[in-house]
Amino acid sequence: MVKSKDYDLIVGLEVHVQLQTQSKLFCGCCTSFGAQPNTQTCPVCTGMPGALPVLNRRALQLAIRTGLALNCEIATFTKWDRKNYFYPDLPKGYQVSQFDLPVCGAGYLAISDPSTRLESRPIRLIRAHLEEDAGKSLHDEAGGLSDTRIDLNRAGTPLLEIVSEPDIRSPLEAKAFLSELKLLLGYLGVSDCNMQEGSLRVDANVNLHVLNDDQLSVATPIVEVKNLNSFRAVERAVTYEAERQWKLWQQDKLTIDQRPKQTRGWNDAEQVTVPQREKEESADYRYFPDPDLVPVVLTADEISEYRADLCELPSEIRLRLQKDYEVSAYDSDVMVNQGRECVQYFEAVAKKTNQGKLAANWIQQHVLQVINDSDCEIEEFPVNVDRLSSLIEKVHAGELDNSRAKDVFQAMLTDPSPLEKVIKALGIENVADDELETICRELLEQNPQIVTDYQGGKKQAIGSLIGQAKKKNPNANPGRVRELLIQIIENT
Amino acid sequence: MNLIELSAFELVEGLKQGQFSAQEVNSSFADQVDLHDSKLKAFLRFNRQECLEQAAKIDSTGSKGNLAGIPIAVKDVICIEGQKTTCGSRMLEEFVAPYDATLISRLKKSDGVFLGKTNMDEFAMGSSTENSAFGRSCNPWHFGSVPGGSSGGAASCVAASLAPLSIGSDTGGSVRQPAAFCGVTGLKPTYGRVSRYGLIAFASSLDQIGFFARDARDVALILNESAGHDQRDSTSSREPIVDYLGSLGSDLSGLKIGLPIEYQSEGLSDEIQASVVEARRVLESLGAQVREISLPMTQYGVAAYYLIASCEASGNLARYDGAHYGFRACCQEDQKSGSAASTPPDANRLLEMYCQTRSKGFGPEVKRRIMLGTYALSAGYYDAYYLQALKIRRLIQNELREAFAEVDMILGPTTPTPAYRFGEKSKDPLSMYLGDIYTVVANLAGIPAISFPAGFSAENADQPAMPIGLQLQGPAFAEAELLKATWAFQNATDWHQRRPVLDGVGA
Repeated sequence: MVKSKDYDLIVGLEVHVQLQTQSKLFCGCCTSFGAQPNTQTCPVCTGMPGALPVLNRRALQLAIRTGLALNCEIATFTKWDRKNYFYPDLPKGYQVSQFDLPVCGAGYLAISDPSTRLESRPIRLIRAHLEEDAGKSLHDEAGGLSDTRIDLNRAGTPLLEIVSEPDIRSPLEAKAFLSELKLLLGYLGVSDCNMQEGSLRVDANVNLHVLNDDQLSVATPIVEVKNLNSFRAVERAVTYEAERQWKLWQQDKLTIDQRPKQTRGWNDAEQVTVPQREKEESADYRYFPDPDLVPVVLTADEISEYRADLCELPSEIRLRLQKDYEVSAYDSDVMVNQGRECVQYFEAVAKKTNQGKLAANWIQQHVLQVINDSDCEIEEFPVNVDRLSSLIEKVHAGELDNSRAKDVFQAMLTDPSPLEKVIKALGIENVADDELETICRELLEQNPQIVTDYQGGKKQAIGSLIGQAKKKNPNANPGRVRELLIQIIENT
Repeated sequence: MNLIELSAFELVEGLKQGQFSAQEVNSSFADQVDLHDSKLKAFLRFNRQECLEQAAKIDSTGSKGNLAGIPIAVKDVICIEGQKTTCGSRMLEEFVAPYDATLISRLKKSDGVFLGKTNMDEFAMGSSTENSAFGRSCNPWHFGSVPGGSSGGAASCVAASLAPLSIGSDTGGSVRQPAAFCGVTGLKPTYGRVSRYGLIAFASSLDQIGFFARDARDVALILNESAGHDQRDSTSSREPIVDYLGSLGSDLSGLKIGLPIEYQSEGLSDEIQASVVEARRVLESLGAQVREISLPMTQYGVAAYYLIASCEASGNLARYDGAHYGFRACCQEDQKSGSAASTPPDANRLLEMYCQTRSKGFGPEVKRRIMLGTYALSAGYYDAYYLQALKIRRLIQNELREAFAEVDMILGPTTPTPAYRFGEKSKDPLSMYLGDIYTVVANLAGIPAISFPAGFSAENADQPAMPIGLQLQGPAFAEAELLKATWAFQNATDWHQRRPVLDGVGA
């Protein structure tokens, strides 16, 4: 087992996010996932002779919105460049991207994960830029021949490439970064970041800082890891790479300038990275400004407008919920991570009942459990704001004890009636004190040992009697029962 | 009355007044094509039947478009849906365009009739139409001489009365130079004036669709139907369009014309210089004031042009790789040899396919320019070549802007010499490039320019008298002024009315 302080793990992530626009970056074709191959194409995105690109303004807006949310500098002048290379899934023989004047400059994304006790800190971003996606190559090995089939549905889809500085220091941080990014982009309405559908792709650049024989800190060669299909894969691949590079360093002591950047692919089945075919020579993409497109000029006023229109960000909401509703950092985090609808639900209930902490508890322990188990959306949740609020009010007022409240809650999942009706249907009613007293006296008589124990100092001995009281009458309020038992014992 | 001798304007009037039918017009020109094109080879594809069917339809429905029934020849670089569009290249020999260029849609709305697709230098790279993969076109004034390029076929059509109007493209002079060589009027509009959507790209920041006709009035006629913003072309201009026909007039008083002293360069033929002097006299007699100006950046134009054009072309022609459409080399060979068993690994086969396709699909001039452009954009060379060329371009633009603060337009030769014989320049690409010295500037600066007939060379042992064309250049969106000045000149001269004798003019 290698101690983590033998080396510092240095990770940078390159994330490609597919923007949630209705049409592609430079033409009007649809971008939805899963259509029949080559049915969402036109002369522009298939690179037909004579076709010309026209910028999708919405894609630019989403990019700017994202850049602002990531604390990036937004360029007042940004342009499009051609990245030239040949591949069958790249119909024009070049990709329209952004080279030296990207729409978003340096920024950061703060990551914090109270559950794993990572400190909150900013992961810096180098830049974020827009580019068009390539098509898909599908390797078809039917019939013994290795054919490759090309589907251009994806060609031209708008991508935002977000590049982080190598600030990430552990596999968990890498995962936290991606989770927070996905959450943020969901709140912004920019992307659904679904790795299975390819709307979020990640490459990881990994190396180590180690001490050489002279006790000086040196860097090992960088490895780019590709073919990561889930956040968990990212975490595991980074973990694996760290170990592998540490072992390799101990063998060959090669530093970063002694070997060029290597590319390795993550093999999820074997849970290892494997070297990918070396490119013959390092690619020279011969970037130059695309003469078919005009640059974009943004004024400071326009950027301010974008900033003003920015919705409340998850990081802001987390703090606000703690401040306004006195919920814990942990609770706030859980609800924010669940999504904007959950936050809205919580706030509505908290405002109505004026019981933020209680509302947070109920949502976490009960509402979210049902939602996650049954995989439904909070908008479809059968207990609406009003009913849950009323329930919580009753609990807070002492009219309903927790266990009965839980029963009521369960019932409300299938019974859409108003709260009072549900309560009545369950036969919940307040039990009068004299009835309770009778029950208590009975139980005390039947359990003299417990009385003795209680009088001997074991206060918790009466706990079992409470359960029994409930068995005799389910509506018995446990708190009241306890009070009465104590009263009777002490007065005897 | 021989209908092929009428201008497009006269044909439009005659058709409106019912003097003749669209079918009569189109069959007259079609007959002319049948008679002479086997020698001229202006057309790659001539749609006689479709053309006459279209004309018949126009007659029967009484269509009211401004070009109703007028036959138009189209350079094979512009997409017409359902028709082959080859760019004069093996690479697109069988390519059928899946959509109409915006210009074609507009001309269809104006009820123009498309006669056929004309020959051109491959992918618009060339100045003589000798670079076509499908044979060369002849200059109607002398079949042994070039018609110019790259829109040689289109120019030749109008000169030989195969069509009253034709459409070409001009990247460094490819409309104006053949217009000069063939003795017709050719306009390159301001960059962005006419949509490039559907114009198969050579050099995106330089390409413009251009027009050939007998005279400026006919050019104005078709420009009226073609100009205007297109949302499918991000580089198209929102500048409001003008009634170009309505802007014509004969009084040029107050017009200030500049004559750059640098244009009298060493390579300029004496005869063309004499035409310039004569043209100046005519324009002055019409009220214009002509004076010398200086444009010292002129000498850098050709170098800057060939660099920028080649760099952009290397990007634009990357799509011709045999993967999606057009010519593919390996596939056919695989089929022939039937080899499937011992295929080398995928990546090698892919590279092989690319290399074979592009080696066989492209002609030598195209390859030259792609290599030049790729080299100039490579790491380590970008700054010295491409960036440098862009800076020169900016300086040329600045210089012209200053000139146009002093004068309204610039007069000069279109070409340093009249049309040369086949093969004379084709062995020496550089000397052919230098022939573009007067035309490239307008593309670099994005300004409009028109070439118009202004004289003839003297007959000699090698050639009969060959047309001489002169050029007027104006500031951006000055097409109306250019057409007016040209029309006024043409009303005072008759160079543009001369026609070649097509029978018995041997090589």
